[in-house]
Amino acid sequence: MKTAERPQNLATAVREALVVAMEADADVCVLGTDVGEFGGVFRVTSGLLERFGKERVIDMPLDPAGVVGTAIGMALYGLRPVAELTFADHAYGAFEQLTSELARVRYRSNGQLACPVVVRMAAGAGGGGGIHHSAHPEAHFVHTPGLVVVCPSTPADAKGLMLSALRGEDPVVFLEPQALYRRSGGDAPEGDAGVPLGVAREVRAGSDLTIVTWGAMVRVCEDAAAKAAADGVECCVIDPRTLWPLDLDAIAASVAETGRCLIVHEAPRSGGLGAEITALVQERCFLHLEAPVTRVTGFDTPVPAALEDAYVPSVARVLAAIDGIMSF
Amino acid sequence: MSDKESQRFLDDAATEDLGKDRLRDAYQQMVGIRRFEERAAREYASGRISGFCHLYIGQEAVAVGTNLALEAKDHMITAYRDHGHALIRGCTPRNVMAELMGKVTGNARGRGGSMHMFAADKGFHGGHGIVGGHIPLATGIGWASRYEKRGEVVVCFFGEGALNQGAFYESLNLAALWKLPVVYIVENNRYAMGTSLERASAVVDLYKKADAFGMPGVVVDGMDVSLVHKTVKEAADRAREESIPTFIEARCYRFRGHSMSDPAKYRTNEEVEERKLSDPIVLVAATLKKRGWATDEELEAWDDAAKEAAADASDFAIESPQPDLKDVGRYVYAEPLQWSPDAHTTPHVRD
Repeated sequence: MKTAERPQNLATAVREALVVAMEADADVCVLGTDVGEFGGVFRVTSGLLERFGKERVIDMPLDPAGVVGTAIGMALYGLRPVAELTFADHAYGAFEQLTSELARVRYRSNGQLACPVVVRMAAGAGGGGGIHHSAHPEAHFVHTPGLVVVCPSTPADAKGLMLSALRGEDPVVFLEPQALYRRSGGDAPEGDAGVPLGVAREVRAGSDLTIVTWGAMVRVCEDAAAKAAADGVECCVIDPRTLWPLDLDAIAASVAETGRCLIVHEAPRSGGLGAEITALVQERCFLHLEAPVTRVTGFDTPVPAALEDAYVPSVARVLAAIDGIMSF
Repeated sequence: MSDKESQRFLDDAATEDLGKDRLRDAYQQMVGIRRFEERAAREYASGRISGFCHLYIGQEAVAVGTNLALEAKDHMITAYRDHGHALIRGCTPRNVMAELMGKVTGNARGRGGSMHMFAADKGFHGGHGIVGGHIPLATGIGWASRYEKRGEVVVCFFGEGALNQGAFYESLNLAALWKLPVVYIVENNRYAMGTSLERASAVVDLYKKADAFGMPGVVVDGMDVSLVHKTVKEAADRAREESIPTFIEARCYRFRGHSMSDPAKYRTNEEVEERKLSDPIVLVAATLKKRGWATDEELEAWDDAAKEAAADASDFAIESPQPDLKDVGRYVYAEPLQWSPDAHTTPHVRD
C-alpha cells in the first residue's frame, strides 16, 4: 500500500492520517463493519488490515451501537480507537452510546476517565442514497456537550484534522462528506502534519460579505464567490472545519469587516448549526451588521433521492442569497 | 453426467403438499422477480438507476414460498433488499421500476429508491434501509394484530447481518413474552455486505437463537420454494391459531454482489458457481417438468412474459416524469409543508 498517494482525495487523505498515526502509536486501532478485509465501504481503510493486522484493524458485525460502545471501552482502557459507522445515518442506531456514554464519560467520572474515540462517518448527499443514507447530522452532535465535531472540506484538512483528533483528549465525531471522497484538490503535506482543531480556514478573502460554510458546501460557495466577484461583490469564505467548538473569533472578525453574513449548510434549516451561528454572530456583531444574517440550507425534509440536486444548496441558490443580502 | 452436474429437484413431499397450481404460480412469480432484477441491473449499468440497488437474484424462493403460505389479510415487512417482496405483495413492476429510476410514478414518488418500497393497502409495510431498524416494527404490528383479533399474521424478513443488532433480540423477546402472531424470517445469504456469517456471528446455526426466547426456531433450505412454503405455513398456522411467534432461518444465497457497486471479492467464483447448481428457479423448472406439471413451451412462455413485464416496467419508468420540486414538502407532516423557491433561504423583510 502506498502511504502517500498524490493527488489525494478525501478517502486517501483520511487513510494517510490513519497510517501515520498507527505507525507512530500502537494504541491506535480501527474498528467497524467491513473496515478490514473489505477495506471499508468507501475504501478509506483499504490496505490497513494487511499493514497492521487484525488485532488493530477489527472487522465488526453490522451493529453501530456495538461499534461505538466497544470503542468507548477500548478508550477507557487507554487505547485510541477509530470507529467507522459507514453512513452518518447509522449513527442514529448508536445514538445512546454517542450521547449518553461517549460524550459524558469525562463529566460523569469527575474527570477520572477520558474517552478519546474518533467516530468516522460518511455525511451528506452525493450518491443518490436517499432517505436512509444521506444525513448530515452535525446539529445533533453540536447539541451534545462533550463531543468535538469535525467536518473537513479538503484532503489536506481531512488528513490534518484526523491526526489532531487522534492526538486530542476528547471524543471527536468526524464527518466525512460523501460527495468529496473521490474528489481531489488541496493535497496535504506528506508525513506527520496536523491541522489544529478549533481553528477556521479562510478559503477566500473578501470585504463585502462573509460566507460561513463547511464540508461539500465549501466548493459550492467558492464557485458562487467567484461568480459574485465578477459582479463586483467580494465574498470572504470561511470554513470552520471544526464545527464545535466553533472558531467564532474568525467568523466575527470577518463579519465585523464585511457587515454581512451568509451561512450555507446541507443539513435541514430548522434547528441546524446555521441557526446557532446566526445567533452567535448577531450577539457578537450586532452593531456591525448591514443586513440580516441569512441561511441557505437543505430543506426541512428527509433527503429525497430523486430531488437530491435540488435539496443540496447550489451555486444558483447561494448567488440568489448573496444578491438578496447585498441589495438589502 | 457427473454427480456434481446432476439435476437437483425440489423436496418431493413438500412439492406434493404445495401442489401443481401453486408450484406453477411460484415459478411465474420467481421468474418474474428474476427478470425484473436483471432488467434493473441493466438499467443501473445504463445510468438510468442511480444510488443504491440491492438485487434479490438467487433468493426468490424465500419471498415467494413465504407469500404462498400467507393470506391476503396478512402483513409483510422487510429490509432493504426488497424488490422481490414488493413485487409479490402489492407493488407492480411499473411502480417498483419507476421508484428505482426516481420517477414520480414510483411507489414512494421517487424519494426513496431501491430500499423504500411500500404497499400499505396490501399489508406490505415496506422495505427499510437501516439494517435491523424495522424488526421492532413487526413486533408492534403483531401486537396490534393480536389486539384487533382478526387472525392476521405478520411476516418480518431481514438478513443475517441484522441478527447482530440489539433490535433483533429486543423484538423477539417481546414477541415471545407477549405471544404475538409474528413469523420472523432471517434470509441467511451468508454475507452481510462483505462479511461472511462466520466472521460476524459466534453462533452460525442461527435458528438456535430462538431458544433464548423460548420460541420455536426452525431452519429451512431457502433455495427450495416448496420447503419454504411448508415451513412458513406451519409457522403461520401456529401464529394464527395459537398466537405463537416463530423464528425461521432460511439458508439461501445471493448470486450478485451486496449492491451494484460490490465486486464481491470476499467470496470465490467457484463458490458462487456451486451455489448456482441450486438456483431456486432451475429447481422449480426441473421439478415441474419431471412431474409433467408444465411443458417446456409453458416455461418458455412464462419466461417471455416475465421479460416483457420487466421491459414494460422500464419503458413506463423511462417515460414517467421526475417528481415536481413543489411537492417536496408533501408527507413530511400530515399537513403539506409549502415549498417555494426561497423557502429554504431566509427571506428578508424590511418592515
